[in-house]
Amino acid sequence: MTKKIDDKTIAYVSTLASLELLPEEKESAKKDLSQMLDFVDCLSQLDTEGVSPMSNVFNEVNVFREDEVVNSDGSEATLHNAPEKKDRYFVVPKTIEP
Amino acid sequence: MDINELSALELGQQIQKKEISVKEAVEASFQKIEEKEPTLNCYVTTDYEGALLQAEAVQDRINRGERMGALAGVPIAVKDNICTKNLRTTCSSKMLYNFVPTYDSEAVTKLKNAGLIILGKTNMDEFGMGSTTETSYYGVTKNPWDITRVPGGSSGGSCAAVAAKETFLALGTDTGGSIRQPSAFCGVTGLKPTYGTVSRYGLIAYGSSLEQIGPIGKNVSDCAALLELIYGRDVKDSTSVVECDASPDGSFMGMLKEDVRGLRIGIPKEFLAEGLNEEVKASVLKAAHGFEENGAIVEEFSLANVSYAIPAYYIIASCEASSNLGRYDGVKYGYRSKEYQGLTDMYRKSRTEGFGTEVKRRIMLGSFALSSGYYEAYYLKALKARTLMKQEFEKAFAKYDLILGPTAPTTAMKLGENLQDPIQMYLGDMDTIFANMTGCPAISIPCGMDSKGLPIGLQLMANCFREDTLIQAAYAYERFSEA
Repeated sequence: MTKKIDDKTIAYVSTLASLELLPEEKESAKKDLSQMLDFVDCLSQLDTEGVSPMSNVFNEVNVFREDEVVNSDGSEATLHNAPEKKDRYFVVPKTIEP
Repeated sequence: MDINELSALELGQQIQKKEISVKEAVEASFQKIEEKEPTLNCYVTTDYEGALLQAEAVQDRINRGERMGALAGVPIAVKDNICTKNLRTTCSSKMLYNFVPTYDSEAVTKLKNAGLIILGKTNMDEFGMGSTTETSYYGVTKNPWDITRVPGGSSGGSCAAVAAKETFLALGTDTGGSIRQPSAFCGVTGLKPTYGTVSRYGLIAYGSSLEQIGPIGKNVSDCAALLELIYGRDVKDSTSVVECDASPDGSFMGMLKEDVRGLRIGIPKEFLAEGLNEEVKASVLKAAHGFEENGAIVEEFSLANVSYAIPAYYIIASCEASSNLGRYDGVKYGYRSKEYQGLTDMYRKSRTEGFGTEVKRRIMLGSFALSSGYYEAYYLKALKARTLMKQEFEKAFAKYDLILGPTAPTTAMKLGENLQDPIQMYLGDMDTIFANMTGCPAISIPCGMDSKGLPIGLQLMANCFREDTLIQAAYAYERFSEA
């Protein structure tokens, strides 16, 4: 499963991660990621035939509750944290060209 | 009398008896903060005025004769990834440099209801990713025992603040050892509860299936009292378990008994293997011997597949992190880049400028391990390894009430020593990650000093929901090791 991390992979992973890397950061990311993959690659030697994966340590059952409103309108306080806002809205760069 | 020398429960008692006012307690903590912070940097944000207002309100409640718990009026510090209404919460990241939560986390709500006074928010590794508190955007925290050394992490600020008496208690969080390892390095007591027993509502997510909020204090009794407060089911957290309602009143204070007779304790041989510092080993074995002398049955045993634990842990933690940290996009809160072209570029630049190196490293690893073509080889494989670990622990707990070992293979490192070598840092988590991978509770208690004068931590793990056994054994150890 060992995999050499090339420029293409780094570019792909940074797109997935929505991160932009400078040329020198790309080099160290390549090294980092290869090193970390080498480190975790030993897992491939572990026999997991017939073992089911566990994403939660206790029973994995859905937890449902009624969707009832228990809080009041917190929009003003919420908007207070916005990097940019106008009236009662978050402001983002234009996403749809006219 | 020096107020700061009291334990949290002693202080609580004096406050109930009106020997000490809540304001005096808060002033005492802030005096220490003023004296120590320029050197140690345990806090990202302190809230003197807010604390005085809380103190006044709590004192009123006490004076009116309201029945309050054992910790009413006691000052506490809260790790900076736990949301506090109207008090800045940064996760020690530039990304959240100006984030002011609009609500309290469930744990903090419980603290406030019980009359504890929040002094401020403690420093940590950025988003909890690190074991030294050096990846904080707000500067490193120094170990109060030796300021050339790290306090451990990621709850390094919380543990150092308790050790330096800049607070009586603290809340930390533990994803892979983040309460226990810094507790060991700072010579304080810290407990990671069973997964799902303390609400994560309002905890800023990093590794959701691994992390828990837990108490940090000067001794086992203080931690038991704080755990009793924050423990319990919360419908606002869908991973909160019903089992914690079943335990009798969740009473941990009742477990403070000096009795370990007949307790079966296992020591995994792998925890004593190479890489373990000799002085740490000697202290831990001495502690084990102490349990034996007091009537416990202690033996060594072997845990299978130990070498797969750290790789599996880092894959799972990184995958969950890459998903959880996807929410930081510069739109609704937090850092937004100043220059960008269009929406996608704004997301990317805000994240690139807002996150530090270790956070980006783990997001990259997680994104890779979850990507098409690698998902099965890495993420799914790690989840299967986790199943095997859980089974291994179930076997161990069928034989033993407690698993004993070191909290960390070494004492506190020099500042900067591990920062350049992530793999080395990850290996240091080897003793602690099992509790997170399997969900079981674990505690770190001081068990002596090394020749450099640095504290050593003893770790005890118990079966899921057996905080009672854990607390009783830790309390007993504290007692008989003093004698």
